[in-house]
Amino acid sequence: MIDRRRFLRNGAAGAASLVFLPHIACAQAETDRRLVFIILRGAADALSMVAPTGDPQYETARRDFAGHSEGGARLDSFFTLHPALAETARLYASGDAAIFHAVASAYRDRSHFDGQNILETAGTTPYGLRDGWMNRLAGLLSGQQAEALALSSNMPMVLRGEAEASSYAPSRLPEPDVGLLSRVAMLYEGDEELHADWEQATETRELAGDVEGARRGEAATGELAARFLSDPEGPRIAAMEMGGWDTHRDQRRRLNRRFEALDAVLAALHSGLGPIWSNTLVIVATEFGRTVRPNGTQGSDHGTGSAALVLGGALRGGSVVADWPGLRPADLFEGRDLQPTRSLDRLFADLVADHFAIEPGLLRRTVFPAAGTTPVANGLIQT
Amino acid sequence: MTESVIALNRFGLGARPGESDLRAPRQWLADQLDAFDPSPAALRNAPSRELLTGEIFDYRAEISELTRQRRERRRGERTSSEGNVDAQLMDTRRMANRSGRARHRELINARVRMALTTSTPFAERLVHFWTNHFAISVNGPELLRLGGLMEFDAIRPNVMGRFHDMLLAVTRDPAMLLYLNQARSIGPNSPFTQRGRGRRRREMGLNENLAREIMELHTLGVDGGYSQADVTEFARALTGWTIAGLVRAVPDRMFDTSVQPGGFGFAESLHEPGARRLMGRTYAQSGRAQAEAILADLAAHPSTARHLATKLARHFAGDEPPAALIDRLASAYRNSGGDLPAMYRVLIDAEECWVEAPLKFKTPWEWTISTFRALGERGAGQLTRRFVNEMGQPTWRPGSPAGFDDVADSWTGAAALASRVEIAQRVAEVSRDRIDARTLAPQLLGTMLSSRTARIIAGAESADQGLALLLVSPEFLRR
Repeated sequence: MIDRRRFLRNGAAGAASLVFLPHIACAQAETDRRLVFIILRGAADALSMVAPTGDPQYETARRDFAGHSEGGARLDSFFTLHPALAETARLYASGDAAIFHAVASAYRDRSHFDGQNILETAGTTPYGLRDGWMNRLAGLLSGQQAEALALSSNMPMVLRGEAEASSYAPSRLPEPDVGLLSRVAMLYEGDEELHADWEQATETRELAGDVEGARRGEAATGELAARFLSDPEGPRIAAMEMGGWDTHRDQRRRLNRRFEALDAVLAALHSGLGPIWSNTLVIVATEFGRTVRPNGTQGSDHGTGSAALVLGGALRGGSVVADWPGLRPADLFEGRDLQPTRSLDRLFADLVADHFAIEPGLLRRTVFPAAGTTPVANGLIQT
Repeated sequence: MTESVIALNRFGLGARPGESDLRAPRQWLADQLDAFDPSPAALRNAPSRELLTGEIFDYRAEISELTRQRRERRRGERTSSEGNVDAQLMDTRRMANRSGRARHRELINARVRMALTTSTPFAERLVHFWTNHFAISVNGPELLRLGGLMEFDAIRPNVMGRFHDMLLAVTRDPAMLLYLNQARSIGPNSPFTQRGRGRRRREMGLNENLAREIMELHTLGVDGGYSQADVTEFARALTGWTIAGLVRAVPDRMFDTSVQPGGFGFAESLHEPGARRLMGRTYAQSGRAQAEAILADLAAHPSTARHLATKLARHFAGDEPPAALIDRLASAYRNSGGDLPAMYRVLIDAEECWVEAPLKFKTPWEWTISTFRALGERGAGQLTRRFVNEMGQPTWRPGSPAGFDDVADSWTGAAALASRVEIAQRVAEVSRDRIDARTLAPQLLGTMLSSRTARIIAGAESADQGLALLLVSPEFLRR
C-alpha cells in the first residue's frame, strides 16, 4: 500500500513531491459539504444500539439483554433501534439516517487504546500511522480557507497531522465521564479508605444531578458544533468525542443514559445546522464491538464486530446495510463476538468520496489505506 | 527496585519517566545533601528582591502622597478640583494588589520550575518542608512580593546547614517581620516611646506575635516548657528588629548606613532597654545581640530538638511517627549542634522510612508536582497554581503561621478525592497524545504498582482515561 504522506516525508527527492502535488490539486474542490465524525470512545455495544431482533438466535444469544430493545423503533423486519434513540429514529424514518452493521476496522484485538488509534488513523497496525484520517482528508480539501475543528479540549488523533486543525471546548470542562467514574470505583475496591470516600463522592454527585448536567453539556457541544459548521467561512469538517461506552457492568442503565446523550447531540446537530443539514454527513463510530453474551455483572466485554450510524440530509438513508453474519455460536468471531463482515474503513472511504466528490482511488490511497476492496456504501450520497 | 521507588517518591518529589531504577537509592539521597544548589538556574529568572522592594517603595510613596493630599483637602488647604483622592487611593491599592498577585505568580512559577527540574528532589522536598515549618501566609501588596523570597533567601541557603542559622535568617526576613507584626513592635520604655510620649502613641507598642510563634511553632513547640511571661520577655528582647524604610513610624535615620532599604534593620531606639529573664536564664546583652542570644538558646533547647524531630519523622515515616525514630532524630540534632543534614542522614538510614507500604497521603502540592514530574512540564506553573488552589493548598498561603497540615486527614475525604479525579481528567486530556499510561505506570511505580491498578489502567476506555486512572490510583495518591 502506498502511503503518500510517508512517501512525501521520506521522499529524498523534492521532485517527487512536485510530481504528486498537481495530482492532489485535482482533488481540491471548494465545497459546501460538511462532515462530522463522532467517536464513541470505549466500544459502544452495537447489538444494543441496533438490535437484530429478527435473528432467530436473538433471544438465545442475548439472554438478559434481549429485552433491552423493547420500545425501540423497528427499522425493518430484522433490526430494532435502541429505545433511547428517539430523534435518531425520526431521522431514519425520513431517510436521513442509515446503519451499517457488522463492520470493523482493521483491528482484531481488544485494547481500547490500540483500537481507537486504528479507528482514528485508519491504519492497519496501532501507531503505524502518525496522523489521523480526517487530517489527511483536510489536506485533500485544502482549497478550503477554514481549518478542521475538534470539539474537544485537546486535538483527538483523528485530526492530528500536518493539515491545519484547531480544537475548541466549551469553557466549562465536562464532569468526569461515566466510564472514568466507574473505573475509579474499581480502582478503590481494595482500598478501604479511598473506597469509602469515593462512595460518598459519587452519592453526592448523583444527588446533585450532575449526571443530568453532564448530559446537557454534551447536547450543548452538539449545538456548538452546529454553530461553527453553519458559518460559511467556518470549518467544513469536525470531530467530536463521547466517552462512557465501556459497559462492563450495569449496561442497561448506563447505555440508556449514553444513548439519550447521543440522541441529544444528533438532534442538536440536525436542528442547529438548519438548511446546512442537507449538505451534511455525520458518521458515528466506535473502536470495536462488545461480546454478544452478557457477562456476569449485567454488562458485556470487549468484542469485535460493531455498527456505524450515518446521518445527514445528503444521505439516501432509511435502511440498515449489513451482510449479516448470524448469532449462532459458530457464527461468532472467536466464539464470542459479532463477526465483522464489512470494512469500516471502506465504509468511510465510500461515503467520504461520494460526499466530497473526491476520486475514490486517490482517497483510498491517501486517506484510507486499509479500506478493503469490497464496496460498502456505493451511491448512498446524493451528489 | 522497591527501595528505588521509595527513594524517588517518598523522599523525592516523584519519579520522572525512566528514573525508577536507581542503582543505590540510599546513596542517591545522601549525595543530594552535598549536591544541593540553593540558587539553581530555574531561580535566576525569578523577580529579584531589589526589583520587588523597589515596587513596594514606589507604591508606598504614591499612597503617602495621596494621603497627604487628602489630609490637606480636609483641612481646607486645597480645593477638591483635583479629582477624587479617595478613588485614587483605592485605585492605587487595587493596582498594587493586582501587580502583587502577578509577582506572586512569577515567584510560584520559579518554585514549580525548581521542583520539576531539580537533580536533588529530596533536598527540594526539604526546602518545601522548612518553608511550611516557618509558614507565612501572603496577602496584600507587600507580602505577595516578599513572601516567596523568604523561601529563596532564608530557607534555601540554610537547608543543608544548622537549624540555628535558618532560624536567624527567617527571623530577620522582611516577610516574617511583616507577617507576624514584628516590624512595628516597640519597647514601652524605648527611647522612641519616651521621646514621643503623649504625642504619637496610637497603636504603637509591644507586639508579641513573632515571639510567641517562634517559641510555639518554630522552636520549642506548644508544650515546650515556656510560659506567657517568657513570651513577653522574648517580645521585649525582639523590639528593634524591623525593616528599614518600610515602617512609617520608624524613620531611616534610625538605621546605620549599612542597612539596605527594605531589608532587615535593627533600630536601637525602638529596643526595650534592660536585661531580660526567660526560661530561667538572664540575658543582659544589649541591642540586637540580646534576641540573638535567646534565639541561639531556643535553637539548642531539647524541646526544639524533639519538636523538629517529630515533624520530620511525621513527614517521612507516617502521620503517627514511630517514637524510636523521633528519639534518634532528636539526639542527632542535639549531638550535632543542630546540624540539619545529621537529621536527614538519620532519616535515610531509618528502616521506619523504608517500609514498603505507602506511609503518606500526598498533599495537593506533592500530588500536583509528582504529576507534572511524571508527565512533563508544559504549562506546569500555571496549572500547578490553579490546581493547588482548587484543592485547598494555595502556595505560601496556608492562612496561619502553623502552615499546612502534614497528615492525611486534612487532605482526604469525598470532595477532595472528587476534585483530584476531576483534575486528573483535565491533566490527562492535555497529555494523552504524548503518554501511554500502560508504559508510564510501571516506570513511575515499579514494584509498587499493584496488578489491579495495572489491569484497570490497561482496560481504560481511552488513552486519557488510562492516564487519569494512573494519577488517581491508590499508589500514586500516596507515597
